[in-house]
Amino acid sequence: MRPETEAELADMISAAKGPVCVQGGGTRGVNLNGDVIETGGLSGITLYEPGSLTLVAQAGTLLAEVEAALDAEGQRLAFEPMDHRGLMGKSGEPTLGGVVAGNVSGPRRVSVGACRDFMLGVRFVDGTGTVVKNGGRVMKNVTGYDLVKLLTGSWGTLGVLTEVSLKVLPKPESAACILIDGLSDADAVAAMAKALGSPFEVTGAAHIPVGLDGTPVTMLRIEGFAGSVDYRAGQVAALFAGQEVRVERNPDAVTKGWAWVRDVVPFHGADGDVWRVSCTPSDGADLAAKIGAEAHLFDWGGGLIWARVAAGTDVRSRLGAFDGHATLVRGTGQPKFQPEPAAVAALSKGLRAKYDPKGILNAGLMG
Amino acid sequence: MQMPKPDSHVLSRKDLIVARLKEVLPEDAVISDEAETRAYECDALTAYKCPPLAAVLPSSTQEVSAVLKICHELGVPVVPRGSGTSLAGGALPTADCVLLGVARMNDVIETDYDNRFIRVQTGRTNLSVTGAVEEDGFFYAPDPSSQLACAIAGNIAMNSGGAHCLKYGVTTNNLMGVTIVQMDGTVMEIGGKHLDAGGYDLLGLICGSEGQLGVVTEATLRILPKPEGARPVLMGFDSNEVAGACVADIIKAGVLPVAIEFMDRPCIEATEAFAKAGYPMCEALLIIEVEGSAAEIDEQLGLILQIARRHNPVELREAKDADEAGRIWLGRKSAFGAMGQINDYMCLDGTIPVSELPYVLRRIGEMSKEYGLDVANVFHAGDGNMHPLILFDANKEGDLELCEAFGADILRLCVEVGGCLTGEHGVGIEKRDLMVDQFASADLEAQMAVKDVFDPAWLLNPAKVFPLAVSESRRSVALAAE
Ligand SMILES: Cc1cc2nc3c(=O)[nH]c(=O)nc-3n(C[C@H](O)[C@H](O)[C@H](O)COP(=O)(O)OP(=O)(O)OC[C@H]3O[C@@H](n4cnc5c(N)ncnc54)[C@H](O)[C@@H]3O)c2cc1C
Repeated sequence: MRPETEAELADMISAAKGPVCVQGGGTRGVNLNGDVIETGGLSGITLYEPGSLTLVAQAGTLLAEVEAALDAEGQRLAFEPMDHRGLMGKSGEPTLGGVVAGNVSGPRRVSVGACRDFMLGVRFVDGTGTVVKNGGRVMKNVTGYDLVKLLTGSWGTLGVLTEVSLKVLPKPESAACILIDGLSDADAVAAMAKALGSPFEVTGAAHIPVGLDGTPVTMLRIEGFAGSVDYRAGQVAALFAGQEVRVERNPDAVTKGWAWVRDVVPFHGADGDVWRVSCTPSDGADLAAKIGAEAHLFDWGGGLIWARVAAGTDVRSRLGAFDGHATLVRGTGQPKFQPEPAAVAALSKGLRAKYDPKGILNAGLMG
Repeated sequence: MQMPKPDSHVLSRKDLIVARLKEVLPEDAVISDEAETRAYECDALTAYKCPPLAAVLPSSTQEVSAVLKICHELGVPVVPRGSGTSLAGGALPTADCVLLGVARMNDVIETDYDNRFIRVQTGRTNLSVTGAVEEDGFFYAPDPSSQLACAIAGNIAMNSGGAHCLKYGVTTNNLMGVTIVQMDGTVMEIGGKHLDAGGYDLLGLICGSEGQLGVVTEATLRILPKPEGARPVLMGFDSNEVAGACVADIIKAGVLPVAIEFMDRPCIEATEAFAKAGYPMCEALLIIEVEGSAAEIDEQLGLILQIARRHNPVELREAKDADEAGRIWLGRKSAFGAMGQINDYMCLDGTIPVSELPYVLRRIGEMSKEYGLDVANVFHAGDGNMHPLILFDANKEGDLELCEAFGADILRLCVEVGGCLTGEHGVGIEKRDLMVDQFASADLEAQMAVKDVFDPAWLLNPAKVFPLAVSESRRSVALAAE
């Protein structure tokens, strides 16, 4: 099914008797049983005001279209959504709705926030076929409950997004990447904490234990006006005086390096399950050791671990109890999302029962 | 402002309720004497007052849980309170409620610079959170003007903002986790020291829920390294339109100041008379602040001034030192005090798309004439969060009602141009009845469904946020079930 309007979508959902699987570009690896509802017919940028840093678009709008429109005005989605295609082995074209439904963010999440932090408003069709709006198009809004946050990252299980509004930000004039070679996981996490705790506004902090040349590399990103980037990159590099430090100023190399981290390129084409562990940054190195992955890397200063393990490995039992959660991004046989404590699970279930009483929207995906 | 009729069944059992509360709290933490409950009869929306049935001041999450369990069992409504600085009547009690104040819970539980967070009990004041980390070079970013008094509890409940939120976001963007006690006494941890939610973003839902989903007792807050420095510029223009265009051009040029504050002529005149900050007499004044090292500040201010000059400012003033910076901020910071000197005032808080600024200011001016009440505008221009201050005389018969009607019209105007009723103060009782102007009934149903899940008996702060008529059936079902 491919609705062309919100009203058509609402009719389809209110008529649906069995499970439906909501799909934007189908690039994020959500393939469930049931009738597929494609959102691609709900497409187009409804409003874009660069001077107000606001963009409103229908949920099925291609991400590429949004990014091109922003680029033309020197702006961007600052939360840097990752592209899952290489990791998941998918083709297809990602949609804006898919980004929002998955709260998909990238390395800059550690400084500017996640997709949810840039969300201003949503329209969606709930599991009964009712159209609901929440939030709006303005940057400050505390009118009523924040269902915008609830829907962002709900992976289509509470409603099918039809329109989203986002805050966008100017693209910085310049960027630099400070590279430190040869650090152990623990030393890298400590180095990233030092950089992120400095006043120099680091907008990315990642560590690759096995870099392109086979040795560890720690990456720190600085962005802004050219003079300021020079200054801050120098200050950050100086924090690590005496170590193997380089500063990359070639813009293409910086962009490419961070896209490599964002899209977890080292795992592309390699066998096995892929897990994403969100944790307290300083626990990162220990937790990675517990996982004992075939390959792993750190983003968000250690607060995000990407791990590639043999298919079927029960990463959650290896991790034991910790502050955070583990998501099975690629692979089957275990729940995709970390099971919640009973009281929290009861709330999640209660919300699902309200928004999707027939239990049809991406059924079973989030518990 | 209408409030629901107090539940006579609850009122008649006051002695029993107080006795039960005293079983779980120390003697001095239960206040039931009428003279003393008056201390909690209102928040900063002082036009409305009602002492609670009793007030409790627990000292721990366990005590909060014990209190809620009792109130749940006995069907007593509970109104949570932080410092009582809400401008929306969010902490206004009802005669049949137990007011639960978290003011005694103000400890710092943990600070962690490697992971850049602080964990506090929520009765702690906003400013003292920064106070706990600033010697180590960190700060907590959301900075409501009430930060000396307001508590993290209220900040979370209202999702409060501040002057610097253009760059750093509001409370929800700086909140990592909470301990929250549900109405039935269940204690839950939501979020933590990690960045993203593992399931639904319940933390995002709790932030801004105005004390209706649970009582938040502890919070993990993101702290940031202090910037090397900050410096403001002041610029005056001879029309609101030009000032608005200048703001848009600065943002489009890729500069992201930490603050862009806007004052109109009535506000400039009032603050000058009061604070004598030496502001130019003009139609519109902007204060723009940027951060970084000295060289970075020069670079950004250079660009800002270049853009400003294209708009023919009547005045451009750069701060050369801390003293001059202080003088630039002086007038803005005393704006509310200045208005208070002239008359009683009501402070509105609607948000509009920045592009609608000139139109909305013109319409407010026209309405001011129609209503015969003066308005001064001072607000966060970068994000469109307006703060029209309507002046009225509380001692004059009918003036408050006139002022409220005028305020409601301004808020409807905000909604009409694509904005919203409240940008940072919350709905409370003040904007409750205007919710139908912004939301269709399905939109409100979807919100109330959340409360049904968290607080099925509708006992937590029940008379707020939703128009009474809209929430009536839910509240009365809850009453009948008792
Ligand atoms: C002079 C002045 C200036 C102000 N400036 C700003 C500003 O710049 N930006 C801004 O955003 N606001 C501002 N405010 C409004 C106000 O200060 C904020 O809304 C503040 O967050 C309220 O905090 P509080 O602790 O006083 O909360 P209270 O007034 O006590 O309560 C506010 C709400 O929070 C709920 N609540 C309290 N404690 C809890 C808890 N533990 N768990 C769950 N819910 C709870 C209450 O039920 C109520 O609904 C200003 C107010 C004044 C008087």
